[in-house]
Amino acid sequence: MMRAPVNKIIPFSNVDGPGNRTSIFFQGCPFNCLFCHNPETIHLCRGCGLCVQSCPAGALRMEGESVVWDSAKCVGCDTCIRLCPHDASPKIRWMTVEDVVEEVRRAAPYIEGITTSGGECTLHNEFLIELFTAVHRLGKTCLIDSNGSFDFEKDPRVLAVSEGVMLDVKAVERHWSDELISHPRDVVLKNLDYLLSVGKLHEVRTVILPNRDRENEETVRYVAAHIADGCFYKIIRYRPYGVRERYQKLLGEFETDAAYAERYAALALELGAKKAYVV
Amino acid sequence: MSEALRIIQDPTLTYKQELLALARLGESTDDSLRYSDEYYEAKKKGALCDLNEGVMPYRPRYICPDYELLFKNGCKFLDLEPPKDLLEAVNALEIFYCHVPSITSFPVYLGDLDKLLEPFVVKEDRAFAKKVLGLFLRNIDRVQTDSFVHADIGPEDSVTARLLLELTEEMQLAVPNLTLRYDPEKTSDDFALACVRCMLRTAKPSFANHRMFVKEWGERYAIASCYNGLSIAGGGYTLPRLRLYECSLGAKDVDDFLTRELPRHIDLQLEYMDKRVKFIVEQSSFFKTNFLVTEGFVKQENFTGMFGVVGLAECCNHLLGITDKKKGFGMNREATALGLRIMDAIDARVKAHEAPYCEAYGHRYRLHAQVGIDTDGMDDSPGTRIPIGVEPTMLEQLEVNEKFHPYFPTGTGDIFKFEETWLKTPEAVLAIIKGSLQNGLRYFSGYLENNDVVRVTGYLVKKSEIEKLRAKKQSLNNVTVFGMGAQDGGHALDRRVQHHDESAGQ
Ligand code: SF4
Ligand code: SF4
Repeated sequence: MMRAPVNKIIPFSNVDGPGNRTSIFFQGCPFNCLFCHNPETIHLCRGCGLCVQSCPAGALRMEGESVVWDSAKCVGCDTCIRLCPHDASPKIRWMTVEDVVEEVRRAAPYIEGITTSGGECTLHNEFLIELFTAVHRLGKTCLIDSNGSFDFEKDPRVLAVSEGVMLDVKAVERHWSDELISHPRDVVLKNLDYLLSVGKLHEVRTVILPNRDRENEETVRYVAAHIADGCFYKIIRYRPYGVRERYQKLLGEFETDAAYAERYAALALELGAKKAYVV
Repeated sequence: MSEALRIIQDPTLTYKQELLALARLGESTDDSLRYSDEYYEAKKKGALCDLNEGVMPYRPRYICPDYELLFKNGCKFLDLEPPKDLLEAVNALEIFYCHVPSITSFPVYLGDLDKLLEPFVVKEDRAFAKKVLGLFLRNIDRVQTDSFVHADIGPEDSVTARLLLELTEEMQLAVPNLTLRYDPEKTSDDFALACVRCMLRTAKPSFANHRMFVKEWGERYAIASCYNGLSIAGGGYTLPRLRLYECSLGAKDVDDFLTRELPRHIDLQLEYMDKRVKFIVEQSSFFKTNFLVTEGFVKQENFTGMFGVVGLAECCNHLLGITDKKKGFGMNREATALGLRIMDAIDARVKAHEAPYCEAYGHRYRLHAQVGIDTDGMDDSPGTRIPIGVEPTMLEQLEVNEKFHPYFPTGTGDIFKFEETWLKTPEAVLAIIKGSLQNGLRYFSGYLENNDVVRVTGYLVKKSEIEKLRAKKQSLNNVTVFGMGAQDGGHALDRRVQHHDESAGQ
């Protein structure tokens, strides 16, 4: 049976799309963004065993090559995550589609739909297709929260069973993008246009970094001009919480000033992105 | 020092609060209403509690007058004609309220304000109507200085309800408490969303499951005091409570509790209620001479007794030998299942009891999940709530609540504290409320963590007023002192905050 690594499921979330939604976070991401604030979702556990000894609750043990996590014993101290040298987490569950649907079913009376996120959920497209089909049978909507690394046009099956995508456009200028997300950004920009053209772009998000006038402006200008009033544009203030220390030093150890971020929302509005707002 | 001297020297009591405290002291000098020795013993142990109702009841605990009758016929005793316009209507209510007794001596039910006032409001210019309603609310807040004073709106939208919501947000008052009767077919989303926004900012209105209440009480029910379901033109005679944790202390095991200790305590509480109800009806003058009765604003047969319980969580944990609350009632299937068994047992025994003077409701008392009082500390959580500080996720908390709420026609409820971002997504909050009411939740309250007006266990207080008492200054609101006690002893303001999902963003 097909299984996917799930980092966590939040039954009620009010910040992952319209209404109250169940958010499902998958493990693993092809990007490695400097400002990632949950870097423990980037890689799958390599079974090095380093975290096992340090767990104060005895919730981790080795079984052969892999780490087993006992959620009942875990006290949620996150020592394991802080310690892991591989940007992974031992606290994941390999779930079947039915396992996930069961949790969605429980939340169903109170939610509008689900949002799959990560990591990068499109690494698990086959899983998503089955999951979305089942969730639709519950009468709930399915949104994809994506970094845009997967070319939706090339294989449109997952999009066909989803209500839409919330897309991160983190950087537009090529060199800045290579540095920030460690991945070519062409596919992201291609997705931006494609999703817009098929009416499946729900929202675009850009993180505004402190003191990066040129980079921020370039990205916001590009996105705003492309989306116009075709979807929401969420301008997110950078917050150092959770960001790896070495990158905090690089990007800033303080959050982006609200007024500074508002400047970019105003710019976006001016360029025609009528549904731009700061969070 | 004598108790009387202590009262009159207390710097934190207002004149009115002194007066009420002295009246209570006076009442306690009579002992003609007696109970069995076994009753007193259980009370001494803390297994039974009479909520300081006083030993000589001279009025029913809660009274819900028929204000429609006031507007139709006027009131002879108070020499009031049926009102012809908004000013007269508001004036008549303000006068009438001052003559409605209760356990606190303040009226616990102010009426369905939107239905009562709408015919007058729509005849006025909106700005004028708002001004009048604003003064009306100010009058209530400053004259009926007690947070158990409660008004109802809904289920339908109305100009009056919208104005009351606007004013509630603008004025940020602790009094009156406010409830929206929510019915998915009668309450529009637009109106419900306005109520959600107001609730997040001011801790009111709460959402009552209209269909559930109608099924039990008929259309003419009131939500009074904290969250008490009662009949309009009726009320509640008395509300004592079983403190279930203390009830369980004498039991050897679960079986012993269910077959011996629990029925024994239930019967003792029923004895108390029967005697008290008979006394109120037969001995005190209220049902013989009070104008509310003689003019038909209340009818004795519409009253019932409220059988209260608290501390179900601690009772279950104790019986199962669970010492870590985090792994107990609410989080633990076995403990929650035991809770249901206990409630079934209480429900069956109370329903089997023929109650005096409860004609309209099949001669039966009705169950009430009491919200706790300031002196309960951490031993007995309100009603069937999960203890504060160990609440699971909101989803799990709702699921547990939905199982227990149907037992309590005379009221129960739970409170959810939200973090700021939810204010931006009222539709997400509404989805949660709708789903939970649909699934059997009776009563939903919420507020934002940073508000000044906050909901303690069922009533509202201002955090700034609690600070006044701490500084040994007086607070106009009688209930502020309970809020302080509940905060200190029960950590009632430390309930789990519903965060937005922390992983989103970057
Ligand atoms: S989580 Fe990280 S530290 Fe722990 S075993 Fe896996 S790779 Fe090693
Ligand atoms: S968070 Fe990690 S280290 Fe902490 S108790 Fe859980 S498994 Fe152990």
